[in-house]
Amino acid sequence: MKGALVTPVIVMVVVYLLLKFVVPNIPGSAPLPFSVIILYMMLTLSGIGMFYTLSKDSKDAFWGPMERFLTGENIGGMQALRWGLLILFPLLVGWQTYSSTAVSDQPPGENRTIHPAPPGEYAGLSNPVAKTPDAIQQGKGFYAAYCSPCHGGNFDGKGPAARGFNPPPANFADPTTIAMLQESYLFWRIKKGGVGLPIEGMPWKSAMPRWEVELPDEWIWKIIMGEYDGAHQSPRTWE
Amino acid sequence: MLVMAAGLLSLPALAFGADATPPAPVEYRDVPYVGSRNVIWVIAQLHLLLAGFVLGVPLFAWICEVVGWKGGEKRYDKLAKEFTKLLTSAYSTTALFGAILLFLLIGFYPKLMNYLSDIFFPSFIVYCILFLLETATLYLYWYGWDTMQDGGKKTFHIFLGFLLNFFAFFIMIIPNSWATFQSSPVVLAEGSDIARAWAATWNPTWWPVNIHRIIANVVLGGYICGAYAGIRYLSSKTPEERSHYDWMGYVGNFIGVFGLLSLPFAGYWLMREIYQYNQQMGITLMGGFLSWLFILQAMLIGVLFLGSNYYFWIGMTYRIPGSDLKYKKQMLAMLVALLVCLGIWMTPHSLVASMEEARKMGGSHHPLLGVFGVMSAKMTVANLMILVTFMSFIMYWRAGKQETAGWATAAKVFMGLVLAVSAIAVIVLGVWGYFVPAIIRINYFSTSQVLVVLGVMLTITPLTSILLKSAKTTSEMVWGVMPPRAGYSLVLNAIMIILLMTLMGYARSSSRVHWHVYGVLRDTSQYAYSPALGYASGIMALCTFLFCMIVAFIFWVATMGDKAKTPAVASKAGLPHGLPAMAGGSNALDEPKTSKF
Repeated sequence: MKGALVTPVIVMVVVYLLLKFVVPNIPGSAPLPFSVIILYMMLTLSGIGMFYTLSKDSKDAFWGPMERFLTGENIGGMQALRWGLLILFPLLVGWQTYSSTAVSDQPPGENRTIHPAPPGEYAGLSNPVAKTPDAIQQGKGFYAAYCSPCHGGNFDGKGPAARGFNPPPANFADPTTIAMLQESYLFWRIKKGGVGLPIEGMPWKSAMPRWEVELPDEWIWKIIMGEYDGAHQSPRTWE
Repeated sequence: MLVMAAGLLSLPALAFGADATPPAPVEYRDVPYVGSRNVIWVIAQLHLLLAGFVLGVPLFAWICEVVGWKGGEKRYDKLAKEFTKLLTSAYSTTALFGAILLFLLIGFYPKLMNYLSDIFFPSFIVYCILFLLETATLYLYWYGWDTMQDGGKKTFHIFLGFLLNFFAFFIMIIPNSWATFQSSPVVLAEGSDIARAWAATWNPTWWPVNIHRIIANVVLGGYICGAYAGIRYLSSKTPEERSHYDWMGYVGNFIGVFGLLSLPFAGYWLMREIYQYNQQMGITLMGGFLSWLFILQAMLIGVLFLGSNYYFWIGMTYRIPGSDLKYKKQMLAMLVALLVCLGIWMTPHSLVASMEEARKMGGSHHPLLGVFGVMSAKMTVANLMILVTFMSFIMYWRAGKQETAGWATAAKVFMGLVLAVSAIAVIVLGVWGYFVPAIIRINYFSTSQVLVVLGVMLTITPLTSILLKSAKTTSEMVWGVMPPRAGYSLVLNAIMIILLMTLMGYARSSSRVHWHVYGVLRDTSQYAYSPALGYASGIMALCTFLFCMIVAFIFWVATMGDKAKTPAVASKAGLPHGLPAMAGGSNALDEPKTSKF
């Protein structure tokens, strides 16, 4: 019966170690933020709770020791631990409260809105430039001149200037970025840049220049064509 | 309740707001401290939830009645009658909230109501006529239940049930046209009043919302009836009551799950239409500030799936002796599959991260988990969760039975293959979806995933049915032996679906941003802004709480007569579990019984 409590603890520890140390070390991966680790740990805990309460036997084996410990019923030498928990628990709550309200030099976590809705005048615009090899080639040329220092020659967001930005420039080769958007959206973002982000686009962290002051619209449309072609992606369309 | 009371008590203040000689027509009126928008928000949400209940319940009450009529099982008729009893008392409350909503809208938003009345007046008339017909039919259906039990009278009663649902459907879709017109208005050419109303009614999101709502109403009705049965089960005093409400809880959960399986498909279609209608609105919902709601939605739907499956699995281990050992591994596998899918569904594209964490990740997208944040992943896991839940139901159906047909083994291998191939197909299409243009994924891959899952259901359900016709029962189903946590899980499911509907109600309204009628009639009131998500969550929780209180009151009133008829026999010890487990009661019912009630 002891196994019924040991197994869940092992599962929780294994999942934590997996998320904290294994996933970040997979090639191409990165450390997971605390919010994601907590989310997955809560799911695991819920699953354990569900599985061990499916039948009476497993429920008793799982919950029984905890109930006996909490009520102090026949736990012998564990009494000291029980009192320790009684003291430790309020201290943990106090520490959590303190650490969440104490002054810190760390900015709080952000729920960034990456894709705010474009203004009405941009929604539904179509690229007026004919999609010819020449136009795409020209677009790539403009891209190399104006965009690649940040977004990278390989369209992967790893240009020589990218290291200076947090958040870093978008990776167009990632199928979850420009492939999800219509060309009109990119036109708006390139034209208006970070300063043109609407209220919805909090926390407005973008160093993207406002290219409308330097580039004519036709060049911007060609850059968009070059970007999609170079990153091997297709814009979202409805036809 | 406080918001409602404050709103109603503040109504006299409207008289002061409406000055005797205004320079221009009044466009808005407000309620001090509470805010007119909040009052409308709460009343509209409560009306919608009540309406969802009274339009969803007749559908399956009628189906239960037909099943009882055709199959000759009286318990289905009794169940249908009990559902309808809940309906009668809820119906008048729904109408009452509808009337309050109308008066408040006229009072607070005269400019908007004037505009909508000008377009939709002909449908107002149709709506009133339908309400009269629905009310008369409901009275006949309910009060005629006992007298129309035999022969041709029963056939007529069944016909009344059909009419009830027929009128209810149109009662639902007419107001849907008003609300969807606000979100996706169409150009109204000059013409007669009827022609204009007709054109406005056929707006791009009308049918997607109609389909989505009718399914959601069935889900809401099923889970609320399940919660009602759960509470009655927890407080039942006799074995007969226990077995009846245990069975009713099972039916309620089954209806909820049945609807839930098809709800994501309808939701996907609706979102697709919104996106296609207006890119701005689609992005605000799915990529902009409202996109965080869909993470909450994933959590709520996930809890619903987990809660429904948990109830199925507990049902197997307690109602079908011997099943806990036989199906333990399968249950664990399904649970792990559901949790993994839910984990992917709940993972946002842009993760909540501190500056340091974001720096380490190289932005707010995780290089590995970022792929979970887009529709290709979400559609895949939603379909897989539906598949798992369907298999959970099939497992429940087959538990305690031994197939005797000679082709049973071949059939089971075939079903296993169908399931395995379908799951692989759904995953392959999902992964492939990252490497094709969005339009291909949306129009072909996502549709194919849905068709694959529907194909599995349409193949395995009849096959299982045929297989079980000749099967012998090895373990009789024992009703009334479920532990208290089964009743609580039914209540949890009901709360989850209510929260889900309040959440999506907020999403649908907020997607119009600062427009009463999107792109046509601008909101110029002081409330022309979208409330913050935290604030909105507070109102959603309030609406959920108020709705639960109203439903509890309605059910209490509806069952008052039953209590008067039932002699008080049992003491607290006679309850299925003594005192509720939360209050320290014993878990006597955790001991599975083999006797059949």
